[in-house]
Amino acid sequence: MDTQTLQTLYLIVPGAPLLGAILAGLFGKFLGRTWTHRITVAMVGVSLFAAIQIFRSVLEGHVFDGAVYTWLTSGGTSFHVGFLIDRLTATMMLVVTSVSLMVHIYTIGYMKDDAGYQRFFSYISLFTFSMLMLVMANNFMQLFFGWEAVGLVSYLLIGFWFNRPTAIYANLKAFLVNRVGDFGFILGIALVLMVFGSLNYADVFAKVAEHANDVAPIAGMQVNLLTAICILLFIGAMGKSAQFPLHVWLPDSMEGPTPISALIHAATMVTAGIFMVTRMSPMFELSDTALSFVMIIGAITALFMGFLGIIQNDIKRVIAYSTLSQLGYMTVALGASAYPIAIFHLMTHAFFKALLFLGAGSVIMGMHHDQDIRNMGGLRKYMKITWITSLIGSLALIGTPFFSGFYSKDSIIEAVEMSHTTGHTFAYIAVLAGVFVTAFYSFRMYFLVFHGEERFGKAAAHDASPAKAHATHDDQHTAAHHGDHDDEEVSHDHHHGLSVGEKPHESPWVVTLPLVLLAIPSALIGYFAIEPMLFGDFFKEAIYIGQNHHVMHEMEEEFHGAFAMTLHALTSVPLWLAAAGVFSSWFFYMKRPDIPAAIQKRLQWIYTVLDNKYYFDRFNDWFFAGGARGASSFLGKFGDKILIDGVLVNGSANLVGKISSVVRRFQSGYIYHYAFTMITGVFILLTIREWF
Amino acid sequence: MIFGLPVISVAIWLPIIFGVLVLATGDDKNAPLARNLALLGSILGFLVTLPLYSGFNITTSAMQFEELHNWIPLFSIHYHLGVDGISMLFILLNSLFTPLVVLAGWKVIDKRVAQYMAAFLIMSGIVNGVFAALDAILFYVFWEAMLIPMFIIIGVWGGPNRIYATMKFFLYTLLGSLLMLVALLYLYRQTGGSFEILDFHHVGLTMTAQILIFIAFFFAFAVKVPMFPVHTWLPDAHVEAPTGGSVVLAAIMLKVGAYGFLRFSMPITPDASHKLAGVMIALSLIAIVYIGLVALKQSDMKKLVAYSSISHMGFVTLGFFIFNAYGMEGALMQMISHGFVAGALFLCIGVLYDRVHSREISAYGGVANKMPVFAAFFMLFAMANSGLPGTSAFVGEFMVIMGAIKVNFWYAFAAASTLIFGAAYTLWMYKRVIFGAVANHHVAELSDINLREKIIFTLLAIFVLGMGIYPLPFSEILHVSVNDLLEHVAHSKLIY
Repeated sequence: MDTQTLQTLYLIVPGAPLLGAILAGLFGKFLGRTWTHRITVAMVGVSLFAAIQIFRSVLEGHVFDGAVYTWLTSGGTSFHVGFLIDRLTATMMLVVTSVSLMVHIYTIGYMKDDAGYQRFFSYISLFTFSMLMLVMANNFMQLFFGWEAVGLVSYLLIGFWFNRPTAIYANLKAFLVNRVGDFGFILGIALVLMVFGSLNYADVFAKVAEHANDVAPIAGMQVNLLTAICILLFIGAMGKSAQFPLHVWLPDSMEGPTPISALIHAATMVTAGIFMVTRMSPMFELSDTALSFVMIIGAITALFMGFLGIIQNDIKRVIAYSTLSQLGYMTVALGASAYPIAIFHLMTHAFFKALLFLGAGSVIMGMHHDQDIRNMGGLRKYMKITWITSLIGSLALIGTPFFSGFYSKDSIIEAVEMSHTTGHTFAYIAVLAGVFVTAFYSFRMYFLVFHGEERFGKAAAHDASPAKAHATHDDQHTAAHHGDHDDEEVSHDHHHGLSVGEKPHESPWVVTLPLVLLAIPSALIGYFAIEPMLFGDFFKEAIYIGQNHHVMHEMEEEFHGAFAMTLHALTSVPLWLAAAGVFSSWFFYMKRPDIPAAIQKRLQWIYTVLDNKYYFDRFNDWFFAGGARGASSFLGKFGDKILIDGVLVNGSANLVGKISSVVRRFQSGYIYHYAFTMITGVFILLTIREWF
Repeated sequence: MIFGLPVISVAIWLPIIFGVLVLATGDDKNAPLARNLALLGSILGFLVTLPLYSGFNITTSAMQFEELHNWIPLFSIHYHLGVDGISMLFILLNSLFTPLVVLAGWKVIDKRVAQYMAAFLIMSGIVNGVFAALDAILFYVFWEAMLIPMFIIIGVWGGPNRIYATMKFFLYTLLGSLLMLVALLYLYRQTGGSFEILDFHHVGLTMTAQILIFIAFFFAFAVKVPMFPVHTWLPDAHVEAPTGGSVVLAAIMLKVGAYGFLRFSMPITPDASHKLAGVMIALSLIAIVYIGLVALKQSDMKKLVAYSSISHMGFVTLGFFIFNAYGMEGALMQMISHGFVAGALFLCIGVLYDRVHSREISAYGGVANKMPVFAAFFMLFAMANSGLPGTSAFVGEFMVIMGAIKVNFWYAFAAASTLIFGAAYTLWMYKRVIFGAVANHHVAELSDINLREKIIFTLLAIFVLGMGIYPLPFSEILHVSVNDLLEHVAHSKLIY
């Protein structure tokens, strides 16, 4: 392909979804439902097609780095909007557009009764555009644009059902927590501009070595600027990729409709932080401090968020905590300088986690918008496609040999084992323990949903779960936006779930087709992609790994093909941990369901801590939200009302008033008063003149 | 030249003449005529400013479109007008907003329509005069004259507490202005009898004189901006002002104060500016952080946006006094953007107020159910107020942060906190007003915005997004003038 065609394709990839979003957003009413989804799906399809062409051209060596237009010039610096298309970008573009297309198609079925149908399509297309702008950026300014734009769409979509108090609480929370991350991010960008005098990746990376040891005084200490930049940028990643302690927004984001949980809060947006750190590998590689920071944060997230998955009863929240934990894995890989593995896991995770979420959505539809796994059971009989595909997703997630997740996750564990980054011991224990935990909660959910006793269609089941009402509330419950479920009793309107004697049903083909299409890469892509992607110098110059970081190198020496790796795994710890996890969840939830209840009773305090999510939400609500509101009230009343207005403004007005009330007496209007004053004055003046 | 007439004079006097004509239509019997005449005048008033943009030469920092006539030869006072890269955009911004406020008050104002419309037209002309005046006395006359229409707008069409608000507004600003007059007279003597602002720029001054002059100017300009701690008139004025008044106040009047710093304080007293920069930066950062916090708990929407304005203007003064191109151009971009965004937000609140007659956040809830189109526009402007990239507001904030970090990491740190506070107060308000279930029967009876309102919002949305996506055309106009100013300020003009 010639350069001209390629450059047109670069513009088409983000441009087509943007056009779809604009059409659906502005003319959705005019277009109607059918044409809205036709147009937006077609646009994302075009985008995917173009992304495939670009991917092929990149494999042939067509790397592009150039400006589309000059955004701004100031102080001798030019800021551009431009694209960097290399192997990393092209991979991300493929992941984003393909998952997005699946989600677009799925939405036709999932949202078919929703009054905000066109709005929804507009948002997810806008998201696709934003995410593509983020990954295609060739400079920090545009990166920040994409970064904030995906945050905006995430905000809009979490609050899509804006009549639900929980949804609009969750979307504000998500936006603000992300903004805390972005606060660090923009300071990082500002430092980049200060140190390197440019925001273009190429300029910055070219000069990174000569500035590796720059120090500047910050807070009275001599700080290595590169370390400061990396940590500040990573704080941004902690917000977007929901790393401890900025993870708090992601579980609540499940208030949004399920398709966006799959697209935004599992497959793509939350991986932006992973992508960003990988993109900045030339900088992170030069700061071991920053890498340690990254690794430890990732390890904490990987393990401790996994624990929380164990006690969730909302099907989407189980997967949400699993997402947090998996993002932690990717972050740990970054800390170990194993960027290709992080991106590899990002890719496999995108497919199997999107699959799991969409499968959960299908289950939720089959259950008539009941999300509580305690009300499910035995669904495999009624929802065959959903069952099989969800099984594939779960097997991939826990790292079953031959499934995609196995190759990426095992590689991460191995990379951490070989890493020498400070904190690698802790990280290794965390990711290893995480394997058991992941397997346990994944299959707990799987067994409770698809196997065992059929617990749905029992009136009592609904009343059994009011305690977690906010979590188990159905996905589509809004007063105004509620569509007609033709086979649902009116009295059931506020009481979603199956009525007595009713059976779940399989979802329509627009829902199951994406499941099948996602199940294929979830199962296969790991086996086929591991060798070229990790050990074939796939990313070439897109990822830089420092001379002193040997992890990728050592792993390459030990790697003898995907099949050999699979065989080797049979004798390694992680696989047996995963198996133990599956077995114990089967034992606890299928064989002896009385045991978990007993454990819960015995270890009440642990359960309470987990149930309260380590009290992060409460602390944040009390300290940050409450503190800010308190400070606001205090400053507003004391500072502005009492001090400035009361004392200074009205005080000086009163003072003027008081003085004038005294001075006014001189203006009495009586001639003899004036005469007296004049005479006194003349007398005083004469006296002064005499004396001095 | 337009029809053989000098552009700037036309931009000043055309709206004023139309204002007088509108006044002449008399009482409310002729209200439709007054409205149409006002709309015509304001649109023409905007169109005649366009040659300033199309004919502008971005390669020079010299004054362009200059007009020079004797006015009061005895004191060598001249009718001297001209624009450079710093002032030109504000004349366009101001003239653009006049038709918008005329439209915004189209139906809502039904008493003394002619006087209302005339006040805005006349003010529009006067404000153009402020930005274009190159003679200090001419500037001062426009500067003070500007107060009168605003005083009348708030005092006549304002809310229940309007008398307190207008007095506070008037006295606050007048106090500052008088000190400025003293400074101008002193400079007249120092220059040996010239009121040319450009002559003031080149006159040598002792440090004591510079500091005193700087303080005198500070009171005039800081009150208008408004800077902490002389800001408390603004929330009161906004709350009492009718929608149009708030829009002009936020979009235009605040910019006049900031403009004063660039045209007077910094070039006339560069040494004092450097010496007192620390104080100015501190006040700016207090405005950003402290006022941002205060905004959070406001229960009145207009007060909230008023505080938000003060906080955003903190970026402007911060950008000025860090003395680098990022900062100063960022500040100017922020001024233009803030005009669009704050103006749009006050119009949004006006739309709600027209229908429900309350500005209390608690009086609303679930508006999106009844006014989806309005909710979408409001969302856009709320996001712009939170500084979202892709909107105009991001450009200025981004550049000022980039500039501030060069001077001191902690300046940037404090300034960047607006990312959190700005989003918190804006979106929390948005959430409580727009999202949620329909809160009460007032909300249930709401009707979505009409064509007139859609036109206003669409125009503003185009500017907010356009400037966010492609700010280059705006910034190009600034470069040469800003660089020249920075160069000028970098050189001491101290005499001993």
